[in-house]
Amino acid sequence: MSVPRHAATLLWALLVLAASLVVARATYRTDLSAFLPRTPSPAQRLLVEQLRAGPFVHLIMVAIEGADERTRAAASQQLAARLRAAPAFSSVSNADAAQLERDRTFLFSHRYLLSADVTPQRFTAGGLHQAIGDSLDALASPEGLLVKALFPRDPTGELLGILDSLGQSQAPHTSAGVWISPDGRRALLLVQTRAAGSDTDAQQAACEAIRRAFAQVAAALPDARGARLGLLMSGPPVMAVTSRAIIKSEVVRLSLVSAALVALLLFAVYRSLPALALTLVPVASGALAGVAAVALGFGAVHGITLGFGVTLIGEAVDYSIYLFLQRGAQFRTGVWPTIRLGMLTSICGFAALLPSAFPGLAQLGLYSIAGLIAAALVTRFVLPGWTERVRSVRDLSRAGEASARALAWLRPARPALALVALLAAGTLYAHRGALFSHELASLNPVPLADQRLDDELRAASGAPDVRYVVVTQAAGREAALAQAQRLEAPLEALVAAGVIGSFESPTRYLPTEALQRQRRGSLPAAPELRARLAQALADLPVRPAVLEPFIADVEAARRGPLLSAADLAGTSFAAAEDALLVKDRGGWSALLPVAVVGADLSAASLERLRAAVSADAQAPAALLDLKGEADRLYAGYLSAALALALSGFAAIVLLLLVALRSVARLARVVLPLALAVLTVAALFAAAHRELTILHVVGMLLIVAVGSNYALFFDRAGEHPPASSPARTLASLLVANAATVVTFGVLASSRVPLLADLGSTVAPGTLLALLFAGLLARQAAPRAAAGA
Amino acid sequence: MLACLGALALAAAAAPAADTPPPAPAGSTSAFDQVLQLLAARRHGRVSYSEVQQMAMLERPLSSSGELVYQAPDHLEKRVLAPKPETLILDHGVLTAQRGQRTRVLSLRDYPQVVPFVESIRATLAGDRAALEHYFRAQFEGDVDRWTLRLVPTDASVAHTVQEIRIAGERAAVLMVEIRLVDGDRSLVTLGPEIPP
Repeated sequence: MSVPRHAATLLWALLVLAASLVVARATYRTDLSAFLPRTPSPAQRLLVEQLRAGPFVHLIMVAIEGADERTRAAASQQLAARLRAAPAFSSVSNADAAQLERDRTFLFSHRYLLSADVTPQRFTAGGLHQAIGDSLDALASPEGLLVKALFPRDPTGELLGILDSLGQSQAPHTSAGVWISPDGRRALLLVQTRAAGSDTDAQQAACEAIRRAFAQVAAALPDARGARLGLLMSGPPVMAVTSRAIIKSEVVRLSLVSAALVALLLFAVYRSLPALALTLVPVASGALAGVAAVALGFGAVHGITLGFGVTLIGEAVDYSIYLFLQRGAQFRTGVWPTIRLGMLTSICGFAALLPSAFPGLAQLGLYSIAGLIAAALVTRFVLPGWTERVRSVRDLSRAGEASARALAWLRPARPALALVALLAAGTLYAHRGALFSHELASLNPVPLADQRLDDELRAASGAPDVRYVVVTQAAGREAALAQAQRLEAPLEALVAAGVIGSFESPTRYLPTEALQRQRRGSLPAAPELRARLAQALADLPVRPAVLEPFIADVEAARRGPLLSAADLAGTSFAAAEDALLVKDRGGWSALLPVAVVGADLSAASLERLRAAVSADAQAPAALLDLKGEADRLYAGYLSAALALALSGFAAIVLLLLVALRSVARLARVVLPLALAVLTVAALFAAAHRELTILHVVGMLLIVAVGSNYALFFDRAGEHPPASSPARTLASLLVANAATVVTFGVLASSRVPLLADLGSTVAPGTLLALLFAGLLARQAAPRAAAGA
Repeated sequence: MLACLGALALAAAAAPAADTPPPAPAGSTSAFDQVLQLLAARRHGRVSYSEVQQMAMLERPLSSSGELVYQAPDHLEKRVLAPKPETLILDHGVLTAQRGQRTRVLSLRDYPQVVPFVESIRATLAGDRAALEHYFRAQFEGDVDRWTLRLVPTDASVAHTVQEIRIAGERAAVLMVEIRLVDGDRSLVTLGPEIPP
């Protein structure tokens, strides 16, 4: 017997070593890839691309508060100057006058290539007469002074036309030369990071660079005025960094706290340090095996999987608890078969998660399966060789007997379980419309206060959370621009009809070369223009000599080069252009973000928008509803998780039927589990807590863990003499206490994913134990009383 | 945008007497203060106006006309009726300009250099001497029955374009607002009689 035991220990040691190597060399990710589908649909692929690299994921909104307005303005200017010099940022805006001047200069000097009004007709005598006449009207109007300064160079009003087409500026308010919040108490800056949205490390570096620059600016302000300044930041990069930090710290904290609490619990029960240490061996081995399996199976381990991994402690620790606390029974012949069956049922449950399109769930499934198998095998083959060193573990028979008596006393209340079932079913029925949360946001780990700050800063800085984006893709850059250009007319019609608020397009700052060439070709040569002007001005009060600068500018534009992306450098349009015209694997994508009127589009407006976007066969485009797509993605995960959980449950039932070979025994094992799940779901419904995907997974866990309890009760009922029912009951109580502690800690998590899981499993397993005890064959307590 | 506001400032000038003005207070108060008190006592006004703008680069002056509305203390409207309809409304520091299909909304807070323009008229109509003297060197000429107020901007960015603003009136009625620019161009708004509601 001792040789195979040594062999088992040796094999275990080798496997631990191998797994450790895999774990040490594995890639760990904490970005949002855990939530992205493994095999996305085309719309999901667009969504994923937008979330990873879209124009909206680079925006950091920065607010400076405290001290007085002048100090805030000075800090804003100096911070902007520092950030503009940093390579991590592609654009920094805070209403800086020099920046505005550069923008204006760009628009003005390229007006004959940018203005949609530049056509051959515009430069005929009649067209000039009309355009200059309009400008004279403007001169007499409240716009007069502005038009006046530009009139000799731009008598046809091209700059005003371009400004009009750029739309109502949503820029924040300005005071003391910098952007401020509507209440005037914060100075605002909009910063675009250069790094990809999915590169959380780089985004974190960018956030830290802003904080550092701010600290330096504040320290340099005279009279220690900077000490009273505060820095606020939000936006997708900040959110990504925050959620990663939260998940990281939560995973570490939860693992430590639950390990410590379980250890404390077990020490209180065993009163033996060696027993305690040995109990943790299967758990640690399981965790190691789980992470190694995920690393091998998925290529990378997601941080959240490690968080879920805490759950493994909950079940794996049970195995060694049964080993130590049921020592009176023959472990290999009496206890082990039950553990084995319990483990198999759990594996059935977790195997159901493997095909999930939600990578987080699939990883959890693989992690748990590998972990449970490893923990069970270690408990069976490695631990028994070592337990000889454990001199004594406290005998819990008396506690077990007391519990058995309590259970026996409760047993007459068994019919009440029917009432519980009825009540739970009734509650679920009453809340049937609002049982599940269908928003991906329900999984957002970022605290509510941070989400509110984000809303606040977005409102203040006129950077609304973009929900709708028209995406058109083509092989080449010019083609993508041309398609974007074709989409503008139908979108403009929708703006005019008030269906949508406004939209942006990459062609606003960079028209296609074809269009630029066409506009340039509309410009007449200087002598010809002079002759036409003489005609056009015949009955207008403008001296032709005044317009010589106009003739010179037109001639320069006629001979000048076309506009290219390089000309945008230094303007605030450059960042917009980079964001709206992107090169990706398949070629080029032009993005046209759509701003809504009011809070959101009505269903009818959305339909009109969709129709307008898909009307032009020569400009194939898709309307991407970022939030809607994300929610659909999540709803897909949720319904898939429900289906998987149900099939997992069915597999468990089937397995038990085969193993127990009795419908009556099967019913006694399955009924308490089903009842526990039903009751927990009803409790959530009654508390108006919508169920998320993790609640569903939690219910699967209730069945997986609870089946162990039910099987032990079943064994006690079937083989009274072979088992020691009191000790069995005591071991179940301890095992359940460990599970409730582990998942209770998880329930306290700030990460909704983990909290949802914990708050489902902790009460669920407790109920499963209680119900299983109440529904077990009467033989057990009688035998216990007689023991 | 600056031009927008400048013109509005002109518009705002349009608030002549509506009711019988209260008698000028006796005693040591200066004629300037008396006029301001008379103006401050008026809460509402609606008049027709005509405007003539002279610009060096044009062969003839540009003319326009319409209505001006004032509601104390900070609501001003300029409704251009000819040659092309256009509306400009200043309310609580927010300016709304409507021309053809297009509406522009902007907050005066974002254009601090424009505030003096608007204040020259608003503060005059509201009888707010402190505001007037914050942005201008104000020089009062004449007496309560027939007065002229010369406003020279103190802010360098405004003084760069605007030489002076002259507002002339009789008791609580503003009759004329003239803006002379540094480049020699000028704009003259003549206010007509009160339009009955």
